[in-house]
This record gives sequence, structure tokens and C-alpha cells, in this order.
Amino acid sequence: MMTNTNQRLTQGQFSFLPDLTDAQITKQLQYALRQGWAVGIEYTDDPHPRNTYWEMFGNPMFDLRDPAGILLEINNCRKTFASHYVRVTAFDATRGVESPKMSYLVNRPANEPGFGLVRQEVDGRNIRYTIHSYATDKGEGERY
Amino acid sequence: MNAEANTSCAEAMSDLALLYRESGIAEVFEKLDRELVGLAPVKSRIREIAALLLVDKARRAVGLAASAPSLHMSFTGNPGTGKTTVAMRMADILHRLGYTRSNHVIAVTRDDLVGQYIGHTAPKTKEVLKKAMGGVLFIDEAYYLYRPENERDYGQESIEILLQVMENQRDDLVVILAGYKNRMETFFRSNPGMASRVAHHIDFPDYSEAELLEIARLIAAQTDYRFDEAGLAAMRDYIAHRLAQPHFANARSIRNALDRARLRQAQRLFMNADKQSAPDKEALMTITAGDIRASRVFRGGLDGERKQESS
Repeated sequence: MMTNTNQRLTQGQFSFLPDLTDAQITKQLQYALRQGWAVGIEYTDDPHPRNTYWEMFGNPMFDLRDPAGILLEINNCRKTFASHYVRVTAFDATRGVESPKMSYLVNRPANEPGFGLVRQEVDGRNIRYTIHSYATDKGEGERY
Repeated sequence: MNAEANTSCAEAMSDLALLYRESGIAEVFEKLDRELVGLAPVKSRIREIAALLLVDKARRAVGLAASAPSLHMSFTGNPGTGKTTVAMRMADILHRLGYTRSNHVIAVTRDDLVGQYIGHTAPKTKEVLKKAMGGVLFIDEAYYLYRPENERDYGQESIEILLQVMENQRDDLVVILAGYKNRMETFFRSNPGMASRVAHHIDFPDYSEAELLEIARLIAAQTDYRFDEAGLAAMRDYIAHRLAQPHFANARSIRNALDRARLRQAQRLFMNADKQSAPDKEALMTITAGDIRASRVFRGGLDGERKQESS
């Protein structure tokens, strides 16, 4: 059975849909800004589901009124890290901490090998399962 | 044939009228007229720009060629002539005509754009630009961005980023540069790239004495104060005296004068409080001649004493 359907990473919102167009991203950003959320852009080449903290591309953008500025940064990030995963996260500060309220991918590598299941035998015949990203077998910068 | 052309012409006219009504800029003009005394050349320029934008919109609607107009502006004039206020109204007009997505104005100066060390300027300028996207970026005293005496000044870097965004993202951002007339002219002369990207130069004239008096009345009325007859005459004298003195900042000086007059009025009411019964509403609202004539402006201003000695 194929576990990596369509060879696509499915993390965050909209990940089972076709990639969002810039116009659609703008709409989503507009929604986030209307809610008063700050938006940050992050990238990684190690998309393990437990890898929560991706690298930030610039600072999170506070006090913005219009999505055009964020889209500009997204495109900068896409240009700089063309074959990385890039995601947009909207943070809500109402509870005193910047908690993510939205998160979706805006860029993905052309070829996504996905994850493999690793079985580790421990304590006799017990088996521990973990998943492993094929891409991380290679060194940083050569993964995608 | 002629009749046909006439009807299509009439249609276009009615379309324009409809566009004008729908955009609601009449309201902004009304507000502009009500809140800003004088400034006739500025108002007429703004009307011209608005008319051009409206006609462009109408042209686009019928499929005529309409180039995306360059909307960056430069406001020149002495302090207190209403540049910031007009910028706010301009943002309203542009928003209502659909040339900006929002009517917000981000007002910045050199400090907000230029960093203090290498690599600090670009992110700083970009952050401000991002905040202003969709609306209007108002750069006050823009000529400070360019410091010819220091060739390693980071201001140049900021100008370059600004130029790039002004050119490439004309749909996202309108930049208004403001400052003294002669210094702005030097700034544009030494930055031809900037000069060629700013389409509209609007000069703000100084106010006349009559206009300043009208401004004083307007400011007073906005805060529920009014002058009695002698008070108004005193204000007229005050303006005449103040105009002759240095550091006159037009409407801003008038507002400061009124603030001080309010202080004196409060003091007067307070001192008289135990002598007579509580002041009525009329007394609380009225600024009298005494409140204004107590100003040091009538004694020659700050350096009045020195003048008296020499004369």
C-alpha cells in the first residue's frame, strides 16, 4: 500500500488540495490579518512531522495591514529556498503567547520521496516503529 | 451621426457622474473644505488628480487604454501648512477611487527607515514598507534621507530600496514625500531617480492672516470654545504680532497659542472661583481678550527684551 499518496507531503492546512495560487494565498493572508494575527514565514528541508520548529525566514511580521508585504517575503523565500518546504504560519497573541492559528505550505520541492517506516527490534521480539524521511539520508543542502 | 456621438458622449458623462457618486469622494472633498481653511491651490490640485483618476477609471471601463498612473507625490511647504492632514485625506480619496486597498497612512521619518549599522537599514526600510503596503507611506522631511556630506551614510541604501518598491509595486503602495520646499528641491536634484518617479508635486502656501484667524476659530469650535468679540480682536492682533516673529509654524503655532490661552482661561476662572459663584456654561466656553493679550508675543516674543534694549 502506498502511504505517501501522490508523493506529496500532507502537513498543515489545505495540504490535500492542489497548491494554492498567489491569489488564494493572498486571501488567506487577508483573513489572518483581519483577525489581527502576525504572520511568519518558515522553511525547512527536514519535514519530519515531529520537526515542529522550522527555520524562520526573517522576523514574524507584526502590525501589517495588507497581504502584499507578506506575499513579497513569501516570493523572496521561494526564490532563496526554491527546493525547500516553505510554510506560512499565523500567530494569535490574544492569550499572551504567540500561538499558531493557521499554518499551510506555500512551496514544496519538485520531488518528494516521503517517509519510510523503520522497524526496530528491542527486548526480544518486541518491535518499535518510527518513520524516517528518505530525504534526510543525504546531507543538508542536497536533500531535495 | 452627430446625434449618435452626442448620445454616447452623454452616456459617458452620466457614467462619470455615477462613478463620482459611487466613489463617495464628494464627501472627502466636503470634509477637506470644512476642515482645511484656505489652501486653494492645494485643493484644486487634489481635485485635478481625483478627476484624472476618475476619468482613468471610466476609460478603463469602456476599454480605452489607461496606463496605471504613477501616484507618488511630493508635498512641499512650511511647517504647519497641513501637509500631514492633506496626506490623510489623499489616502481617503485614493482608497475610495480604488487605487489603494486601504486608507491607512504610515507616517515615518528618517529614523524609521535608516539603520545605525551595516545591514540594519534594508530590513528596517523593508519592514516599514511592508507595514505601509496597501495604503500610503508618508515620509516627513524626506530630504534627511540623503546626506551628501557623508558618502557612507546609510540613507542612500534606504532610498534605493524605496525606489525599487515605488517602481515595482505601484499597485501596492503610494509614497508621499514631504518637507520644506527648497530642501526638497535639492533632494530631488541630487536624486534624479526619485524625481522622475514622483508625478505630482504639490506646494502648500503659507496662510494669510485672515485664514489664520479662521483656523483659530475652527480649532476653538472643535474643542467647544469660542471667542468673545474683544477676544477675536485680540486674536487678530496676536496673529499680526506672531507673524513678524521667528519660528512661526502656521496652523501649529495657532493651535499652541490656543492651548496656552485655554491654560490662562482656566487659571482666571480658578482664581475667581472663591469671589463669585460657579462659572456658567458660557464662562467655561469663552476665551476673552485678557486670556490672549497676556501672551509674551505682545511683548516682542522670546527675544523681545533684547530688542527693547537695543531700541
